[in-house]
Amino acid sequence: MNSTVAATHHHGPASGIGRWLFTTNHKDIGTLYLWFSFIMFLTGGCMALLIRAELFQPGLQLIQPDFFNQMTTMHGLIMVFGAVMPAFVGLANWMIPMMVGAPDMALPRMNNWSFWILPFAFSMMLLTLFMEGGAPNFGWTFYAPLSTTYAPPSVTYFIFAVHMMGISSIMGAINIIATILNLRAPGMTLMKMPLFVWTWLITAFLLIAVMPVLAGVVTMMLMDIHFGTSFFNAAGGGDPVLFQHIFWFFGHPEVYIMILPAFGIVSEIIPTFARKRLFGYASMVYATASIAILSFVVWAHHMFTVGLPLAGELFFMFATMLIAVPTGVKVFNWVATMFRGSMTFETPMLFALAFVVLFTIGGFSGLMLAIAPVDFQYHDTYFVVAHFHYVLVPGAVFAIMAGAYYWLPKWCGNYYNETMGKVHFWCSFIGVNITFFPMHFIGLAGMPRRIPDYALQFADFNAVATVGAFIFGFSQLIFLYNVISCIRKGKQASAEVWEGSHGLEWTIPSPAPYHSFSEPPQVK
Amino acid sequence: MSTQDYQSYYVPEQSRWPILASISLFLMAFGAGTLMTNLSSESGGGLGVVLLLAGALAMGLILVGWFGNVINESHQGLYSPQMDRSFRWGMSWFIFSEVMFFAAFFGTLFYVRTLAVPWLGGEGDKGVSNMLWQGFSAEWPLMTTPDQSTFPGPKEVIDPWHIPLLNTILLISSSFTVTLAHKALKLNLRSRVVFWLGATIALGLVFLYFQAYEYAVAYNDLGLTLNAGIYGATFFILTGFHGMHVTLGTIMLIIIFLRVLKGHFNSDKHFGFEAVAWYWHFVDVVWVGLFLFVYII
Repeated sequence: MNSTVAATHHHGPASGIGRWLFTTNHKDIGTLYLWFSFIMFLTGGCMALLIRAELFQPGLQLIQPDFFNQMTTMHGLIMVFGAVMPAFVGLANWMIPMMVGAPDMALPRMNNWSFWILPFAFSMMLLTLFMEGGAPNFGWTFYAPLSTTYAPPSVTYFIFAVHMMGISSIMGAINIIATILNLRAPGMTLMKMPLFVWTWLITAFLLIAVMPVLAGVVTMMLMDIHFGTSFFNAAGGGDPVLFQHIFWFFGHPEVYIMILPAFGIVSEIIPTFARKRLFGYASMVYATASIAILSFVVWAHHMFTVGLPLAGELFFMFATMLIAVPTGVKVFNWVATMFRGSMTFETPMLFALAFVVLFTIGGFSGLMLAIAPVDFQYHDTYFVVAHFHYVLVPGAVFAIMAGAYYWLPKWCGNYYNETMGKVHFWCSFIGVNITFFPMHFIGLAGMPRRIPDYALQFADFNAVATVGAFIFGFSQLIFLYNVISCIRKGKQASAEVWEGSHGLEWTIPSPAPYHSFSEPPQVK
Repeated sequence: MSTQDYQSYYVPEQSRWPILASISLFLMAFGAGTLMTNLSSESGGGLGVVLLLAGALAMGLILVGWFGNVINESHQGLYSPQMDRSFRWGMSWFIFSEVMFFAAFFGTLFYVRTLAVPWLGGEGDKGVSNMLWQGFSAEWPLMTTPDQSTFPGPKEVIDPWHIPLLNTILLISSSFTVTLAHKALKLNLRSRVVFWLGATIALGLVFLYFQAYEYAVAYNDLGLTLNAGIYGATFFILTGFHGMHVTLGTIMLIIIFLRVLKGHFNSDKHFGFEAVAWYWHFVDVVWVGLFLFVYII
């Protein structure tokens, strides 16, 4: 047998809607993930704009406080579980088999299932908006007892939606690990794998380790709400703080799940446009692994003000600060890769550069938050909001955009419109900073997060942030237009696409054929 | 990894099973949500029960069809040794995810026992919470909860040296019998496979019977219920989820038992069998943890 069995069965995609519903092809499934993620990005984005519109000036103008709380909750959940995570899984589906020289993902039918659970899970979650008592309103971290004793009735649907997302993520992660460990082309040793593959291998491990813990904690919520247990109720000997411990044991690795693949994307893009090999490949791998391991022992830095024993505060403070070391290694390596390189500044590179600079700002504010005594001042203020939006928007989201522009010509065979891409970049870059930078100031001045109304002295910066949010939000329509027109037509892309590109995915023609490697490539 | 097994990696054609499975998972989740939301209300969960059962039934049929496809493909010789390794990685990481699921509940137990309950009783510099329920004294098992009217503590807890000890012996023996069945399969001694697998299933069923009996005793005689404060909560979530996993494991054992009777598996290719055996060992190990930390200590 000289080709894969699949190739002898079918050469191209099936026609009609069945192609998307029944597909076992990693490229189709990657496309589904990416479009789903973009729809969720716009949905969660509309919620964010509603939040920002309400906060444009003090007082209640547009929405009532309870609905405001529903919006902050749904915005967070949709962006984390619906936009960022599926986008990375989509990129992994498209790129990992091509990067390691595999015929497809290891378990293609399960791959389809992992995706198709998501639209159902999010439909159920969005349906809660129309239920009696409204959607979940307890924040995306759903702390007990807000999410148990005081929750709206729709919390039960929320719990089952989280279970479905967890099933999807675990199966997706198992598939990615099996593909990377078992389907590499001959000669593709672990330490020859592209960094995107490495970061995803480690991310998949994190997903399998912590998504079940999330399932466990929502199950305990369910038991407390409906079956009379007292896990998070001190009246029965339980502890609401226990909820926070378990949640953040999931939650902190979760934030690295949302950033490690971004590190991988940026580590692919910067060498291409600097036309140099990545500086310190091995140290990048070890740094990623160190960050992943440390992520399991820092969770209580989200809980400094909850009343932890002093030893706990100190341990979690120092462990958290330790993460700055491997992260610093990464930033240093990206800068060193660019040093004396022949750099050009196409759209993916612009997004990657903005990532390096702005993610580092978010990293530094994170370091400030890690200092337990000063966190007593910052906790639950807009400073925290500024911090995690800096690592998630110009961090994770910019990296996803960078990856999308970088690989679009490989996916559809045409270049996107470079001018429009640059306009999109500059609007996003300016919009993001106008939105989130002022939040540092109002947070330090004491404005609490998750409030629909605020004291007068915060009015100016809030108005500025709202203007920025609308610039950022609407500039994403440029991206949508650019992608659609690139799929339809555009300058024909070569196999290499970019002058300085390296790796197996650039050896196959653009657009990548439906089945990329029927015979395994030899890697030297 | 030789080039030869790489070249015959089987990528299945389009399949209807995953999307159907997503729909039935949605029916189950939505049904369970509706059922539970309406549990306490007057209307009851009629629609919820219907959706839940319909989803579960559909899911059962889908799994039969989906696994049926996989078995057929395997019998057609489409699976290379490399495919076999993908299945092995998949099952191993699935079991790891299950380990982490139980880790959340074990972590809960340890946290409550060593930190939360002593703090409620006034221990350490966080003992100020004792002000809420003055006179509450920490103990484990927690027989008297801070608020006895809402969460009446258990009168008594399960004695580890009767049913739990017996169940430990049953489950550990079943790990040996399933290993003996596997050894016999490797030697292609099929009647012995049937015997040892049958013994494993019987041990699993007896375990489940005793576990159900223990729950009945706990509810009827000991006042040990889900509502009995944190001891009851941790006891039932750990033993309950373990019991559900034993049930699932027993069903899986019955399926491979039937497959052995149908003449499936041969002495060197039988990953379906091994996956079930791995799963069975996993529930066994979890039980040892339960016996130690829930019942004895």
